[in-house]
Amino acid sequence: MSILSLNSVSKSFGALKVTDDVSFDLAPGEALGIIGPNGAGKSTLFNLISGNLRPDQGAVLLDGHDVTGETPMQRCRRGIGRSFQIPQPFGHLSVYENLLVAAEFGGRVPGHDAPGLCMDILGRCGLAAQATAPAGSLPLLSRKRLELARAMATQPRVILLDEIAGGLTEGECVALVSTIRRIHDEGTAIIWIEHVLHALTSVVERLMVLNFGRMLMIGQPDEVMAAPEVKEIYLGIEA
Amino acid sequence: MDRKTQLTILAAAAAVALLAAVPVIGSRALVQDLFGVLTLLVLALNWNMLAGFSGLVSVGQQAFVGIGAYVMFACVILLGMDPLAGVLVGGLAAMALAVPMAAFAFRLNGAYFAIGTWVAADIVRLVTSQWQALGGGTGTSLPKGTTKEMIFVQPVKDLLGGSSAAAADAVTYWVALALAVAMLGISYGFLRSRMGLALQAVRDNVEAARSVGIDPLRLKAMVFLLTAFGTGLAGALIFIQITRVTPEAAFSVIDWTAFVIFVTVIGGIGTLPGPILGVAVFYALERLLADYGTAYLILLGLIGMGAMLFARRGLWGWIADRTGFDPLPLSHRPPAPPSFTDLSDPVTQRS
Ligand SMILES: Nc1ncnc2c1ncn2[C@@H]1O[C@H](COP(=O)(O)OP(=O)(O)OP(=O)(O)O)[C@@H](O)[C@H]1O
Ligand SMILES: [Mg+2]
Repeated sequence: MSILSLNSVSKSFGALKVTDDVSFDLAPGEALGIIGPNGAGKSTLFNLISGNLRPDQGAVLLDGHDVTGETPMQRCRRGIGRSFQIPQPFGHLSVYENLLVAAEFGGRVPGHDAPGLCMDILGRCGLAAQATAPAGSLPLLSRKRLELARAMATQPRVILLDEIAGGLTEGECVALVSTIRRIHDEGTAIIWIEHVLHALTSVVERLMVLNFGRMLMIGQPDEVMAAPEVKEIYLGIEA
Repeated sequence: MDRKTQLTILAAAAAVALLAAVPVIGSRALVQDLFGVLTLLVLALNWNMLAGFSGLVSVGQQAFVGIGAYVMFACVILLGMDPLAGVLVGGLAAMALAVPMAAFAFRLNGAYFAIGTWVAADIVRLVTSQWQALGGGTGTSLPKGTTKEMIFVQPVKDLLGGSSAAAADAVTYWVALALAVAMLGISYGFLRSRMGLALQAVRDNVEAARSVGIDPLRLKAMVFLLTAFGTGLAGALIFIQITRVTPEAAFSVIDWTAFVIFVTVIGGIGTLPGPILGVAVFYALERLLADYGTAYLILLGLIGMGAMLFARRGLWGWIADRTGFDPLPLSHRPPAPPSFTDLSDPVTQRS
């Protein structure tokens, strides 16, 4: 059974249809990439999956269970972890506390296990040195890492990553890819929105293209990238 | 618990012991002054919990002071209860009032929440001024001798000597001290707990808090109800000492909310020691400038504005930033990373 399913999900902001009849299934442990031009509705799709937005039509199913009416809190506790494209840290808490609260609430990690787990994640995300820094004081790239780390701390079975590779150096990008690969190897399903295509395609098994809220294509990454209609959108952008 | 925290707790215990001794060693005027300071501290600790740690900037706390005071008066006058038992009922009534108030105000955000709480408090004042059994719009007084017959007053009088009135002041003073210490202890314990951490996460970013499995509404509602209880207790206690209640005095937004905001902002909003420092400054200014009428209020206002502009976390934040001194840390420290000798392979060590 698929871990996550979207059935004909649509969402409009006023007259603007931002998500238009999107359906797909995600297998447990699968890694799915999402690409598409700016404003295509990628982040909105994440908000619909995580519950931060409610769809106008359609249903979101987790483990075959309809969660369309559930709050982000409930969906997180069921195993959906997310990052925000524009980082949303708990600014007055330390980096470590940002993870601790996520692990204890979203991940329901028992109190005595949480500290070790959080430090482990911080190490994997390259944030161990900033553990005690107030999250609000971090520069943008570290904030993005914190988004990934905090989502990991909620112990997700599906993790949603929204453009976390932008602006990284080559070396940092390689480190990030190996961090995400390891999450994948441990059996967590991943949906990753990313403009840095070579990083994305080195991890994901399937690729979805969104354009004007519609799912243009979904399939093998190389086949999708080779499709003429995708090339048309990505003319001049492709890395 | 580390050395610094132990020393702080020791120093705090000494300060509390000294304060507790004031009715024995100090003048009655001092007891009355410090009663005012302690009750202001209780109000400030509660408001700081709301605005500083939960992001709920309420301007309607006078509703809970007023209802606490009025219900305490009702218990004494209409039911013949002991005033101190009335204080407890007053606190519970304030908590009950917080339920419909939250149901209304929690639909609003930011400035609208602030205004909404204020409007709600004023409605409570208007309704209370229709309560004819308690004097309607002109208010009423506690029956003569009520406080002298209050529980604990006789034994305290026997112990300290002096008048019954002085003994009654001592009793309310000790209750205020106990309330302040309890509020401080509970705040510290709560903020250090996982719920307290979640509450601060909600304050910093509601949307992100939801997305990491926190229920913001439940936490905020809990804090709103509990601080209403604490505020109602303080309000009822204050009006035992005043012995007279009117709607204007009991539901005064200036006395029970504006001053409290000033004190908290000056001392350090969102810090635990902030309100303590704030009331200390308030009291010092009041003493130093007592001869110049309300000059201390003007100066207090100016200091408050200065703090808002230049020291967002008040005096305490300013001191803590410069000295790194934080005797009651609210933060959760990460575990020390394992040292490499522990991890080294015993086989290679042996060789
Ligand atoms: N809360 C909102 N209210 C109104 N319009 C919105 C809202 N959120 C997004 N939009 C609009 O919906 C469209 C899709 O936005 P979305 O953030 O999902 O795009 P995206 O594919 O993630 O783009 P990007 O690559 O720039 O991140 C955009 O035109 C955006 O302006
Ligand atoms: Mg986006």
